[in-house]
Amino acid sequence: MLGLNRKDSGLFLLVICLTALAPFLLNPFPEGSELAQFNAGYPDLMQRFMIFGIFAIGFNILFGLTGYLSFGHAAFLGVGSYAGVWMMKLLTVNVVPAIIMSVIVAGLFSLVVGFISLRRSGIYFSILTLAFAQMSFALAYSVLTPITNGETGLQLSLNDPRILGISQTVDGSIPAANFFGIEMRDSLELAMGGWLFTFNAGYYLAAIVMLISFYIAIRIFRSPFGMMLRAVKSNQQRMSYTGLNTRPYALTAFVISGMYAGLAGGLMVAMDPLAGAERMYWTASGEVVLMTILGGAGTLLGPIIGASAIKYFENIFSKINDTVLHGWFSFMPDGLQDFVVAIIHPFIGKGWHLTLGLMFMLVVIFLPGGLMEGINRLRIWFGKRINGRQQAPDHAPATSS
Amino acid sequence: MSILEVNNVNKNFGGLKALNNVNLQVEAGTVHAIIGPNGAGKSTLLNCFVGRLEPDTGSVTFDGESLLGIKPFQINQLGVSRVFQTPEIFGALTLIENVMIPAFAKRDGAFHMEPWRSVGSEAGLHEQAMEMLSDVGLDAKADELAGQLSRGDKRRLELAMCLVQDPKLLLLDEPTAGMSRGDTNNTIDLMKRIAQRGVTMVVIEHDMHVVFSLAEKISVLAQGTVIVEDVPEKIKGDPRVQDAYLGGAHL
Ligand SMILES: Nc1ncnc2c1ncn2[C@@H]1O[C@H](COP(=O)(O)OP(=O)(O)O)[C@@H](O)[C@H]1O
Ligand SMILES: [Mg+2]
Repeated sequence: MLGLNRKDSGLFLLVICLTALAPFLLNPFPEGSELAQFNAGYPDLMQRFMIFGIFAIGFNILFGLTGYLSFGHAAFLGVGSYAGVWMMKLLTVNVVPAIIMSVIVAGLFSLVVGFISLRRSGIYFSILTLAFAQMSFALAYSVLTPITNGETGLQLSLNDPRILGISQTVDGSIPAANFFGIEMRDSLELAMGGWLFTFNAGYYLAAIVMLISFYIAIRIFRSPFGMMLRAVKSNQQRMSYTGLNTRPYALTAFVISGMYAGLAGGLMVAMDPLAGAERMYWTASGEVVLMTILGGAGTLLGPIIGASAIKYFENIFSKINDTVLHGWFSFMPDGLQDFVVAIIHPFIGKGWHLTLGLMFMLVVIFLPGGLMEGINRLRIWFGKRINGRQQAPDHAPATSS
Repeated sequence: MSILEVNNVNKNFGGLKALNNVNLQVEAGTVHAIIGPNGAGKSTLLNCFVGRLEPDTGSVTFDGESLLGIKPFQINQLGVSRVFQTPEIFGALTLIENVMIPAFAKRDGAFHMEPWRSVGSEAGLHEQAMEMLSDVGLDAKADELAGQLSRGDKRRLELAMCLVQDPKLLLLDEPTAGMSRGDTNNTIDLMKRIAQRGVTMVVIEHDMHVVFSLAEKISVLAQGTVIVEDVPEKIKGDPRVQDAYLGGAHL
């Protein structure tokens, strides 16, 4: 399918199905039930899964394949966001030009940063990228305020020119971000029994862009170019004595991942036309590193899983508070109830970082290949059990299928 | 006609004179051995051919082009491949990938980007790499990770990686070190076959059995200087060579 081999086609189809059905799959608990707060099927969070999925897929092309660990990729996402908002201020609130400009500007910026940072490798490379990102962050708050609008953040206003669109609607408000007329915030709600499912236009646009990004990543992984990127990680010495110029390979990977970051930034402003410098802060750069490693660096699916896992924790665990816990454990005698709540307390609400940190440590120690390694181990384990059961009774010779 | 010309090459490491006015002419289509005691400067000399080191003075010319001042990948693209004393391979990649990469480098050049082409569609190149692997006896392990090979196997893999490029000049730094007698003999046979194809080879080797069964010319290096250069029969009895090796009985 689409030039992919059987295995990759299967994987791609699986991801298509999961993203298409996400509004159902992520809302397994009926509305109003105790567990409804674990539902992730609301537009804002589902959009984040897709957007940070794209960010991590791109980061993985650099880090997973070439091994160059950038600590500054949030800068490209931030720059992409600013470029996107500017397109929506100057041109039109149609998200297409905004997204395209985000990718172009982030690509150009990553070309400059990559060209300089790739003069060094290892920790020095990481520090250089970090320095660039922190510099961009500081500039956005100071010298560049005319472009970034400083601490307030860059947003749409009623006086924006929008030469291809309208400055304000007839009723005097800012026009809504749309894809050729389909507004990003448009949603279709479907109530079935106690369940409520939301199908949001913005989510589906983000999902389609994510699927295209994922498809391109698969093609890169399977190409001779992708093999060269893995060679960069494995042995640069051997590469150069083999007649290969390593620098442009690493730089291309850097720019591709920068463009993915810009795409993520562009989609962010498409969903919510606002850009702030905090998107470029070093913690944001660190987050995409965590996502990629948690899911499995160098694997195809890992970055999407890692990004979704972290965004799920951030949004769901941070919402649970002591009142909710008391509700859950209300069947216990009072003293015991307080005790249990006190123990769980540090891991929820504002303490979600602790839960995430512990999970990250466990994964890195026991599953160095990330959650993907866990999934693969489970698949092999189940595969063995199923095969064992099938073959035991009849000793049928394996048929090729 | 000599394909590789080395004139008055000097290289100092701090106070140490690692190469002292080295001259060398390698005839096209021949096997030229470089022998000498440990620390004589043999590997240093090869490093000056592939761009790992820049000589302090002197010239190195290959096929009429200077090899000095250009990058290792450019030297390789001119047709010079090298097997290192400590194997340099892509440990995290499979054997077949290890051999396909140099083949891609030869066919597509130093940088080539077609991310929409798939490795799976490169049947011809895959076959070529597979043949090379079976030439060195590693075809059964084609899908294993190269990092897990024994040292001797890594060396043979590296040889296959060089051979798949069909180089004009092949540089070998102790290609049989760390190999069993059987593997050594297989490697000698392989090198003879390569020599018959007309590939020029420069071989550094301690094993005199290997040297005398392959080389048409031998240069003896001691303390950074070529003390003798001659055909194998003459080298065997030369007293200066016996001296250089101190324990003479070696030969
Ligand atoms: N990069 C280097 N820096 C400093 N000294 C070196 C370097 N490479 C080799 N040497 C020294 O140069 C001399 C020749 O080394 P080498 O060429 O490796 O000898 P061999 O003939 O055994 O291959 C040795 O004394 C070695 O210690
Ligand atoms: Mg040596």
